[in-house]
Amino acid sequence: EGDVQRHLYLQDVLTGVAGVPERPRVPEFTCQMAGCCQVFDTLEDYEHHYHTLHRNVCSFCKRAFPSGHLLDIHILEWHDSLFQVLSERQDMYQCLVEGCTEKFKTSKDRKDHLVRHHLYPGDFRFDKPKKSKGPATSMAAMEVPTEAMGDDGDTMEVCSEHVTPPPEPVGEKRTYRHRVPSTVCFGQGASRGFKSTKNRNKH
Amino acid sequence: MLSPRQGLLRPVGCGVEELRRRRREREAALRRARREQQLVSKRLLRDDTPEEAEGGCVASVLGEAEIQQFLRLAQRGTEEKEREGALVSLRRGLQHPETQQTFIRLEGSMRTLVGLLTSNQALLQLEAARCLHELSHSEQSEVAEACLPATSYLLTYLAGHSPDLIELCLYTLGNLIVESEAGRRQLLPQGIVPALASCIQSPHLAVLEALGYALSQLLQAKEAPKKIIPSVLASPIPEHMLRLLQPGPKLNSGVAVEFAWCLHYIICSQVNNALLITHGAVSTLGLLLLYLAGTVQSSEDAGLELLVCPVLRCLSNLLTEEAVEAGGGQVQLRDERVVVSIFILLQFLLQKHPSLLPEGLWLLNNLTANSPSICTSLLSLDLIKPLLQLLPVSNVVSVLVLTVLCNVAEKGPAYCQHLWPGPLLPSLLDTLAFSDTEVVGQSLELLQLLFLYRPEAAQAFLQQSGLQALKRHEEEAQLQDRVHALQQKALHR
Repeated sequence: EGDVQRHLYLQDVLTGVAGVPERPRVPEFTCQMAGCCQVFDTLEDYEHHYHTLHRNVCSFCKRAFPSGHLLDIHILEWHDSLFQVLSERQDMYQCLVEGCTEKFKTSKDRKDHLVRHHLYPGDFRFDKPKKSKGPATSMAAMEVPTEAMGDDGDTMEVCSEHVTPPPEPVGEKRTYRHRVPSTVCFGQGASRGFKSTKNRNKH
Repeated sequence: MLSPRQGLLRPVGCGVEELRRRRREREAALRRARREQQLVSKRLLRDDTPEEAEGGCVASVLGEAEIQQFLRLAQRGTEEKEREGALVSLRRGLQHPETQQTFIRLEGSMRTLVGLLTSNQALLQLEAARCLHELSHSEQSEVAEACLPATSYLLTYLAGHSPDLIELCLYTLGNLIVESEAGRRQLLPQGIVPALASCIQSPHLAVLEALGYALSQLLQAKEAPKKIIPSVLASPIPEHMLRLLQPGPKLNSGVAVEFAWCLHYIICSQVNNALLITHGAVSTLGLLLLYLAGTVQSSEDAGLELLVCPVLRCLSNLLTEEAVEAGGGQVQLRDERVVVSIFILLQFLLQKHPSLLPEGLWLLNNLTANSPSICTSLLSLDLIKPLLQLLPVSNVVSVLVLTVLCNVAEKGPAYCQHLWPGPLLPSLLDTLAFSDTEVVGQSLELLQLLFLYRPEAAQAFLQQSGLQALKRHEEEAQLQDRVHALQQKALHR
C-alpha cells in the first residue's frame, strides 16, 4: 500500500532532470567575463559555467572555488597578512567542514583533523597548503609545498603563480580589489611593508 | 476515563491504551516485514536524449581498452567538445552492469573520474558527475561502493551555486546512502547533516526535491534513530521541512512529497516528537490535510495524491504523543473541518486507492479515541452511514471502521442514542456473518457497548435473530468469552 506506492514512485526512471536536449537552444553567445572565451548555446550551460568558474573567484589570485565558504578561508589564509601574524600566537586554521568549529595551529594539523576526524581523503583537492617562494620573512608562515599537481587532469587552481598584494589595512579583505601590474616583481628580494617599518623602528 | 467504564472495558479490550498498543504493534510488525523484504529504491536521473535514439548508437558494453581511451581523451584531449564527448560516451556505456564492473576494476579509473569531477571545465565536471551518478544507481553494491572516494567532493559541491550540479550530487548521495552502511558511516563525519541544512535554503525546486530524496534515504537507515535523527532534529532542517509543507500557492507537490515522507520517518522513530510539535508540525499538517481534501479531487497534479498517505500517517502518529493529548495540538484538530476533510479523502481513496483506506481510518481512530468533540462531529455531520458503507471493502477496513464506532459508543449513552436506532445494528448483524475473527471480535465489542448504554438495542438485536448470529461463533476460542458475555447481556438486560 502506502510504502509500495512510494517505492514505485521512486523507481520511476524517466524523470527528466538535467535534460540537456530538452533545454531550449539559444543563439551562441560568449561568456562576458574578462579573459574567458567559452561559448554556449543554452542558458543552463552558461549558468553552470559561471557558477563553477566565475562565481567564487579570489580577486587576488584568480583561483576559483566551489563555494563561498572555501573562498573565504582561502583569502584569509593566503592573502591576509594579519592572519600570518595571528596564527603564530593562536590556532587560526579552521576546519573546512561546515558545522565544525575546530581551529588549528598549522595547515598540516588541520589536514590531519580532516583525515582522521572527518574521514576526508588525504589528497583533498581544496586543501592545498600555501606555497611560498623567496626567503623567510617574519610574516609568512613557512609552508613547504607538499603536493605536486597530479597529472590527473586540471584542478581548480586556475593560475600557478603565487602572487601577494601589498599589505592592506586591517579588516579589509575582498573589498580591496586591485590588479597586480605585470611589471611589479614579487618573490626573492622584494621587501614588504611591515618588515621595513619594523627595521626602521629598531634604529 | 471514568472507572466504571474502565472495569467493563478491560475484558472487552476496547480501551484507548489497548488500541494504541495494538496499533503500534501492528505498525511495527508491518515495518519489520517491509524491511525484511528490503524495499530499497534508488532514483535514477537519465535523460533519454534524442541523440541516442537517432544516431542508432544504442549504448553498448565497453571494454577495458575503450574505457581507458575515453578517460584519457577526457583528461588530456585538446578540443573541449572532444573531451566532453568522451565522457558522454563513457556515461552511456556505464548504463551496462558489465561496463560498470570493468570500470571499477580498472586501476585509477575512479581517481581519474574524481579528478574530472573537480576540474575547472564546467561541462566536463557535469558529465563526470553524471557518470558517477550512473554508477551510484547500480544494483551491484561493489559498484556503488566504489563511488565512496568521491563523497567529500559531492558534499563540498552542495555548498556551491550551480543547481544542476547540486541536484546531481544530491541524487547520487541519496543512492549511496541507501546502498551501504559504510557509505553512511563515512558521510556522517564528513558533515552531511550541516551540508543538507545549508542546502535546504536553496530556492531551486529541483534541488529541494533532490534534497528531500537524499534526506529520506538517510532517515530510513536502520541506525537512524540513534545516529542520524538526533543531529537532524538539532539542525535547522525540521523548520525548513515544515516551511516547505505549508499549503498554499507556493506548495510544490514534488518537493512536499519528499519532505512529508522525511517527516514520517522522523516521527516514527519517536526520538523527539515533542520538538516537532513545538515547531508547529500538527498545525502545518492539519492545514495541509484541509488543503488536500479541497484540491485532490479536482487537481491534475498527481503529486498531490502522493501526499495523502504520508500526511495521514504523520498526523495519526503525532496524535499519540502526550504533548498533543495535553491539549496543545488537539485544539487545532478539534476543528470540524478536519473531520470533513478526512471523509472527503476517504471517499477519494475509495475510488482511487482503496488499499490506502486504512491510513485514513487510523487517523480517524486516533482522533475519536481521545476526543468526545470529534465523536460529536461525526454524529452531527451524519457521517455514520458513509462510514458503514466502507465495511464491505476488506477485513482490515472493517476492523478499523468498527474500532472507530467503538470509540464513539464508549463515550456514553448520549452518543449511543444517536447510534441506535439507525443503520448500525443491521450492519453489525451482517458483520457477525463474516468469517474473519478480528472483524467478528470487534463487532462483539461494539455490541457490548451498545447494549450497555442503549439497552433497547439489545431487544431489537434479539428480535432480529441476533442470538443465532452469535451462536455461529460459540466454539471459536478467541471469541468464546465475548460471545457468552453478550448472550448474557442480551438476555438479562
